[in-house]
Amino acid sequence: MQVKELPTVRFVYLDNNATTPVHPQVLERYLSCCREQWGNPSSIHWAGRESRGALETAREQVARFCGSDSSEVIFTSGGTEADNLAIKGVAAASLRRGRHIITTAVEHPAVLASCLTLEQQGYEITRLTVDSLGMIDLNRLEAAITPETILISAMYANNETGVIFPVAAIGALAARHRIPFHCDGVQAAGWLPLNCRDLGVGLLSLSGHKLQAPKGVGALIARAGVRLHPILHGGAQERNRRAGTENLPAIVAFGEACALIAFSREGDSQRVRLLRDRLERGILLLWPGALVNGHPLERLPNTVNISFPGARVDTLLASLDLLGIAASSGAACSSGTVRHSPVLAAMGISPETAGASVRFSLGRDTVAEDIEYVLELLPAIRERLTVDPTRGS
Amino acid sequence: MAGAKRKRVVVAMSGGVDSSVTAALLKEQGYEVIGISLQLWDHSRELVEGGTGGCCSLDDLHDARRVAEQIGIPFYVVNAEEEFRRLVVDDFVSEYFAGRTPNPCTRCNERVKFGLLLERARELGAELLATGHYARTVRDEGGRYRLLTGLDRNKDQSYFLFTLNQEQLSRTLFPVGGLTKPEVRALAQRFALRTAAKGESQEVCFIPDDDYVRFLEEERSPGLLSGAIVDQAGNVLGSHQGIYRYTVGQRRGLGIAHSHPLHVLGVDVGRHEVIVGAREELSCEGLLAAKMNWIVPPETATFETFCRIRYRHRPVPCRVTLLPDDGAEVRFVNPEPGVTPGQAVVFYDGDSVLGGGWISSAMGEPCRG
Repeated sequence: MQVKELPTVRFVYLDNNATTPVHPQVLERYLSCCREQWGNPSSIHWAGRESRGALETAREQVARFCGSDSSEVIFTSGGTEADNLAIKGVAAASLRRGRHIITTAVEHPAVLASCLTLEQQGYEITRLTVDSLGMIDLNRLEAAITPETILISAMYANNETGVIFPVAAIGALAARHRIPFHCDGVQAAGWLPLNCRDLGVGLLSLSGHKLQAPKGVGALIARAGVRLHPILHGGAQERNRRAGTENLPAIVAFGEACALIAFSREGDSQRVRLLRDRLERGILLLWPGALVNGHPLERLPNTVNISFPGARVDTLLASLDLLGIAASSGAACSSGTVRHSPVLAAMGISPETAGASVRFSLGRDTVAEDIEYVLELLPAIRERLTVDPTRGS
Repeated sequence: MAGAKRKRVVVAMSGGVDSSVTAALLKEQGYEVIGISLQLWDHSRELVEGGTGGCCSLDDLHDARRVAEQIGIPFYVVNAEEEFRRLVVDDFVSEYFAGRTPNPCTRCNERVKFGLLLERARELGAELLATGHYARTVRDEGGRYRLLTGLDRNKDQSYFLFTLNQEQLSRTLFPVGGLTKPEVRALAQRFALRTAAKGESQEVCFIPDDDYVRFLEEERSPGLLSGAIVDQAGNVLGSHQGIYRYTVGQRRGLGIAHSHPLHVLGVDVGRHEVIVGAREELSCEGLLAAKMNWIVPPETATFETFCRIRYRHRPVPCRVTLLPDDGAEVRFVNPEPGVTPGQAVVFYDGDSVLGGGWISSAMGEPCRG
């Protein structure tokens, strides 16, 4: 088989829902913190004061970023800890109210596994199913509420498909029933307006490394009035809600990243959406039978999840990687194995189609040349991957 | 990537020392090497049940990935669980319940490594696939590819590769086939690979505790379990708890007190009987084999050569007669013990593998297998 001469390899990173490169300005702030604010923020002396000031500035930046008060920001080690703290912390604080939690079938594993752990301890968990476009039904959400319900947990936008839930409507519904609403905003934060007050969100999870900050930092916003017990016990940091000396350089970097994104988010979203649409349309033209998974409109501007009939996702991703194109098949797995996505399965997508789906997630550094490069290479990849005529499609 | 176009090769990396050295050698020889581990079996089920993860944190996968990082090659995991289950494990189970002793490694080579993985390699633009098998290939004067034994007689794995056809052989590299195991370990040390001191892999990779009886019973409800243990004359000597527990030649676990040691001669699936006898009764005059594959096509319908009837068996002289429908009749020059239906008979001319097939039955008195 003769494959046309391919262009020079270009490194194209289209996996920004997995993680983002650290922004140079954010990195600078990280390093300057290591140099200058190395004290322990809990110390009463000059070194501690320096650090305390930096910590509180970052807290204010994060609070401004999501429409909360700085007293409501709890810094964590990342999105996973924020989700764990929200769910287990509310459960522990609501023992006398009830033992029922409502979530959705397509949440991040941090939410699903936290709920599963509670379920094994005797809690009742309702996992709302989604339709073929990845949407939940608000009527079913409301119908699931019982006097025992202590928490509703639903993501703002899905990490695999980018599908956006009607968070404001969920927030209003939760408020009407006086049930705290936890929203996993990790994927949405970089692209969508995120105001806890407007959205009726009582608890909001954020992750730094999805926002061009380093890994190992995130936050749970727990709005005033939401009862929450700590899950990490120790010192009195974070107003007794999260023990442990603060990861200050990462926290100030996170604050800086939030400030940068709050400033540029709207413009970034518009620009990236155009590139994403160009990629999506290009793929659909070049690969007959390809189809987009998830709601066509209610979707993050940077994400497209596409099924490539006739291909196998493991060799498709490897082929892309060998040409310098980084994409993924959804949730990354520590063993590197490609497994069928529970999110796509929940949408009723067949294992064959799900097993041929790739997530491209663009970032702030993505440029038009990146997209053109992918589209230029796709026909040759397709020729190789679908060479076997006996393979079902 | 600048410079001359390098030949791209996929290395099947199991996380063991042989395939690690294979990858490192090819990289050193200037190939563009891609490492692939096949995810064949979900070992995570043995750890945590439930949850939303389901990831395998298999040590072997980890080792393979780490070696790939060390030698600087891209590495991917290809999920072949469904195919492995369908093509190898299900066959393994059915064979035992049909009274035969299966050979899953040969099946896996035939269908998975040199089937599915070869196809995946091509999808990645690699015409070549390399494995860490102790075997060699050469191209003869006529342009045909031949399969040769590994140079290290103790490690030779050519027995497991007899099903390979010309297309597969032409696209296969066995870089450690010309080395001895100590040489391979020395190379692993020279390349500073973490797998240098790793032990040999286990018998059947999907049965980590080697308790194949329990595995079979978990896989499939055996139905009618017990039956009679009889001698060749049909005298009942005892009872058994399922024919799949018995393999030709087996001595242990019969639970019969007898004047002389008893061996399993074979099983009768229809009568649900295990047939036993003295050691001398194990020897057969020959065997019938099916689904022959010829790497060196025979020139005559009858010929004399050497054969192995199991792994590590010293080749014995025999006379082969080709039968219709890819069958063959094999007569040993001297009666040979341990003919086991389900195993392979592989023919050798010196160090060259001529071909082989699957043993369907033993032949001639006193054998009944």
